[in-house]
Amino acid sequence: MHDQMARIQSHIESHQHMAGALMPLLHAIQDDLSYIPEECYGLIAKALNLSVAEVHGVVTFYHHFRTRPPGRHVLQVCRAESCQAMGCGALESHVKSSLGIDYHETTSDGSITLEPVYCLGNCACSPAIMLDDEIYGRVSPQQVESLLASARRDNP
Amino acid sequence: MNTVYIPRDSSAISLGANLVAAAIAKEAESRNIPLNIIRNGSRGMFWLEPLVEVATSVGRIAYGPVTTDQVASLFDAGFLDGGQHALSLGPTEELPWMKHQERLTFARVGITDPVSLQDYLAHDGYKGLRNAIDMAPQDIVQQVTDSGLRGRGGAAFPTGIKWKTVLEAPAEQKYVVCNADEGDSGTFSDRMIMEGDPFVLIEGMTIAGIAVGATQGYIYVRSEYPHSIAALNLAIKSAYEAGYLGRGILGSRHDFYLEVRRAAGAYVCGEETALLESLEGKRGLVRFKPPLPAISGLFGKPTVINNVISLASVPIILDKGSVYYRDYGMGRSRGTLPIQLAGNIKHGGLVEKAFGVTLRELLYDYGGGSASGRPIKAVQVGGPLGAYLPESQFDTPLDYEEFGKLWAVLGHGGIVAFDDTVDMAHMARYAFEFCAVESCGKCTPCRIGSTRGVEVMDKIIAGTDPAKHIALVRDLGDTMLNGSLCALGGMTPYPVLSALNHFPEDFGISKKEQAA
Repeated sequence: MHDQMARIQSHIESHQHMAGALMPLLHAIQDDLSYIPEECYGLIAKALNLSVAEVHGVVTFYHHFRTRPPGRHVLQVCRAESCQAMGCGALESHVKSSLGIDYHETTSDGSITLEPVYCLGNCACSPAIMLDDEIYGRVSPQQVESLLASARRDNP
Repeated sequence: MNTVYIPRDSSAISLGANLVAAAIAKEAESRNIPLNIIRNGSRGMFWLEPLVEVATSVGRIAYGPVTTDQVASLFDAGFLDGGQHALSLGPTEELPWMKHQERLTFARVGITDPVSLQDYLAHDGYKGLRNAIDMAPQDIVQQVTDSGLRGRGGAAFPTGIKWKTVLEAPAEQKYVVCNADEGDSGTFSDRMIMEGDPFVLIEGMTIAGIAVGATQGYIYVRSEYPHSIAALNLAIKSAYEAGYLGRGILGSRHDFYLEVRRAAGAYVCGEETALLESLEGKRGLVRFKPPLPAISGLFGKPTVINNVISLASVPIILDKGSVYYRDYGMGRSRGTLPIQLAGNIKHGGLVEKAFGVTLRELLYDYGGGSASGRPIKAVQVGGPLGAYLPESQFDTPLDYEEFGKLWAVLGHGGIVAFDDTVDMAHMARYAFEFCAVESCGKCTPCRIGSTRGVEVMDKIIAGTDPAKHIALVRDLGDTMLNGSLCALGGMTPYPVLSALNHFPEDFGISKKEQAA
């Protein structure tokens, strides 16, 4: 935790003088730590001359920001209309039952966090998913299954 | 040395373009063939991706869709010289999909190396900026006004008028903000521009800055688009290094600084005032208007805020003139629109055409009908807040006013097709659900109306007293339409009520009851 706070402090120092610094700062923290620990709200608030409530309000407003560490891999399934037109409903049910979790949950072995996403901009290749930073188009339940199987295998 | 083009576009990558590029590089190495691999943007024919093109003496020859296990056989067939193979498609430009388009904004996408400034310059890049630098700001704004360019977002507001307001607003500091947070399902033209020709957006923003007297620009990009962010940052870096951004652009008295800012997955931040709040480091709550952003925008200063496609359409107007651009289109919808075909469609992708092309031409001539081979039952145009149109309206030409007459919107030109297996009551429920997930919460009609909408739709879907609950949905729709602060709540009734009006059977009532 001590190391984490030191890293957060250095992100604060490199961002606090930007115009509209809070969003880029939160991104930097999450990129580094994979989430934004509540313990740092006070530090951020002080540096940017905000209240802790304002920082909390911003972190929780945006779907992208997390207040808890995710699993080692994050699977996003697109739920938008184009993907629905191509059967993402079946894909969602399959993934949920195969992982035994619902959206916003992490598998018990800590390997996969499942998130819904509203459009990956891959609408001509629906249904689409994103696993970590890799995007996949026209995915079948079988393909997701094999992607997830290999993701779960490379656990440390 | 042979040159091979393999797209770096997200959609191409999602279908294996990176793997194919690696396989081609490896195969060439093992055969001792020196190869220049260029990662271009996508031509927009996504059913053919990964589309590999080779440069030959008679132009580029296309092969696709290429999979890694076909790479060796492509080399065996002499594809580097255009040799025949099962995947041969012939000259790219001669493919019917490409041949019948009018590509102005997308002129370079799929052709150039998106992050090469040299390539951009070699393909008419920065000609518009060079003209703009020597013009009076009023004249630049006049050119844009005369071109008839309207915002390629929901409201279709004339871009020139917006710019004029900012130009005439006195202030020490002004801003140009690019709204690259358009998260509408079925739209990917923004993403394709940012990944396939980022310099055209940078050039458009620089021209906007000179036109209105703004020296700082921000591109607010969706966090869901990591490849777009990477391409923009590379292009911006080269533009600074070559003097196209920064202090004294190209030796002129104009300064313009540009920066990419990442959004964080809130759909409502595609609304301009919510976006500005987010850029300022706040929750993306919609602002009351007036004041307009043109008067009091980012950090309270006059701000031009435009969509990606609006800004990316500016360079060609300043290069070829307002008349050239205005001569495309129909009525008050001038120029071209990058149209995106998505959902259940055989040939999904991007088509840039002058306004006036009909939905039917797009869905059948370009799209080839549904992917499933079943009849297309409905299309949603203009994103999740756009109306659903039934087959009887497919002859409508793409024109802002024609769509307005049908109580529909053209928005971004995104078209999502659904076959006859779709349940429109389910889609109406989804529209409310989406609004509930994405509402910023500031106004009651949107925040509460969407949640109540889901509940009422659940009753209708369960068959509980449909007539009574449908009346309630209409009443709720009326409140949201007239009482919401922005288009998120204000337009959610479009998909809901259009689904109900055109497909009453899916809601458990007959067409006759609906008419009563």
